Amino acid sequence: MNKTIITVVGKDTVGIIAKVCTYLAENNVNILDITQTIVQGYFNMMMIVDMEKTEKPFAQVVGELDEAGRELGVQIKCQREEIFDKMHRI
Amino acid sequence: MINISEVTETNKMIDKENLDVRTITMGISLLDCADSNLDVLCQKIYDKMTRLARNLVKTGEEISMEYGIPIVNKRISITPIALVGGTACKTPDDYVQIARTLDRVAAELGVNFIGGYSAIVSKGMTRSDELLIRSIPKALACTERICSSVNVGSTKTGINMDAVKLMGEIIRETAEMTKEKDSLGCAKLVVLCNAPDDNPFMAGAFHGVSEADAIINVGVSGPGVVKYALERIHGASFEVLCETIKRTAFKITRVGQLVAQEASRRLGVPFGIIDLSLAPTPAIGDSVAEILQEIGLEHPGAPGTTAALALLNDQVKKGGVMASSYVGGLSGAFIPVSEDQGMIDAVEAGALTLEKLEAMTCVCSVGLDMIAIPGDTPAATISGIIADESAIGMVNQKTTAVRIIPVIGKTVGDTVEFGGLLGYAPVMPVNRFSCEAFVNRGGRIPAPIHSFKN
Repeated sequence: MNKTIITVVGKDTVGIIAKVCTYLAENNVNILDITQTIVQGYFNMMMIVDMEKTEKPFAQVVGELDEAGRELGVQIKCQREEIFDKMHRI
Repeated sequence: MINISEVTETNKMIDKENLDVRTITMGISLLDCADSNLDVLCQKIYDKMTRLARNLVKTGEEISMEYGIPIVNKRISITPIALVGGTACKTPDDYVQIARTLDRVAAELGVNFIGGYSAIVSKGMTRSDELLIRSIPKALACTERICSSVNVGSTKTGINMDAVKLMGEIIRETAEMTKEKDSLGCAKLVVLCNAPDDNPFMAGAFHGVSEADAIINVGVSGPGVVKYALERIHGASFEVLCETIKRTAFKITRVGQLVAQEASRRLGVPFGIIDLSLAPTPAIGDSVAEILQEIGLEHPGAPGTTAALALLNDQVKKGGVMASSYVGGLSGAFIPVSEDQGMIDAVEAGALTLEKLEAMTCVCSVGLDMIAIPGDTPAATISGIIADESAIGMVNQKTTAVRIIPVIGKTVGDTVEFGGLLGYAPVMPVNRFSCEAFVNRGGRIPAPIHSFKN
């Protein structure tokens, strides 16, 4: 298991989840959990994914998701889970 | 499982509150490079450093990208050069050749500083210590990425007043030799008392003789995160205030611990320590002074400043210690003037003086840091300032340091621009009464009574 957190933040628009999920499916990234809310028109999503099976290097996935975010007008971040785990769990 | 509010909190700290890892510093022992031939010595230093630190910058950038946390600096600390160059260097210029070699290594590896152009002379100076110290002005003038430090005292040894006197002169000489750049050389030179062996922060970093062959030390930061956390509990009691600082420090330090362990694993170099210091930068919202203001001071320097800083320093340690397996280095709040916009504002408002800064150094790390003083300040006065700071460190069993810049050609009312992380500083007035007769006595101040613990 290679758990990674993907966050999407920005103005809500049609097809954000579709685009991100399509990209993940094409690259063999398995989605473990999705949480999503809309606060005052702002789209806020967190995905916990497993990157174990993807063949692309981490840096490339980060770059391509960032690019996809630009096209959608939202910010997409892709970070290894440990940073959150370490900070919020003893 | 991690939830969305925790993820949002972490990313907000990074995006909006300037959370970063300030430095990954690789400590490298150069003791095995010693040689009686200077060229061979320089070659050995070059070979060892480029071999061990080849992937330091790249690894730092990879970790930064994968975790989404900025790692601002990648640096190297080395064995104090006075210990390494002893047999090869017969003149100060010989040492300068080592400095040039180090500068070349830094440029090739892409690290922004190498610390350890240093001498440890807390009790006495060897011939090679003195040669190195005398080479400092030229070495700092002809290199870009070298930091120099001299440890002139400790709780166990007392204060070497001969070295204190000499360092006053060396600081002035360094200022003179770099006067075209607003005496920038002095910003890379620090005089310490009780210098730690494992400090990852410049300019005082060196790789002490008690250390392993190579080690990874990490300095965390995040004054902005503490400040924003305190804004959310504005006006609350001391109990809530302290608890909030502690919790925040814990979170910040955990990130540092993660980065340190990853860097250590990927580079195949053992993890040394996390330094828990709050290190400001000139950026707005990345300031220790702003924390003090949020605690309730109109400006740092107002009555209550020392107490507020003592509290802040202590809570940062209490939170940080639990977050890391090994804590070391300086581990305290830094209060540099030029690198902290809030401190600059306090000086310009007339709230903060050199004397109040000295009081503040009693309760935090590290000392009088990045303070511009008039260019005509006599060497003996600088030595007197160093002696005072060293005495605070010696008696209180803590690290203290002096990094002051007598800016040649400038006086009180002028401003000095150092650029980048070093920031800018208003020239501060210095007490004009002489301490020359005191400084000129020669010899050393004995260790204090409470150092005799055996």
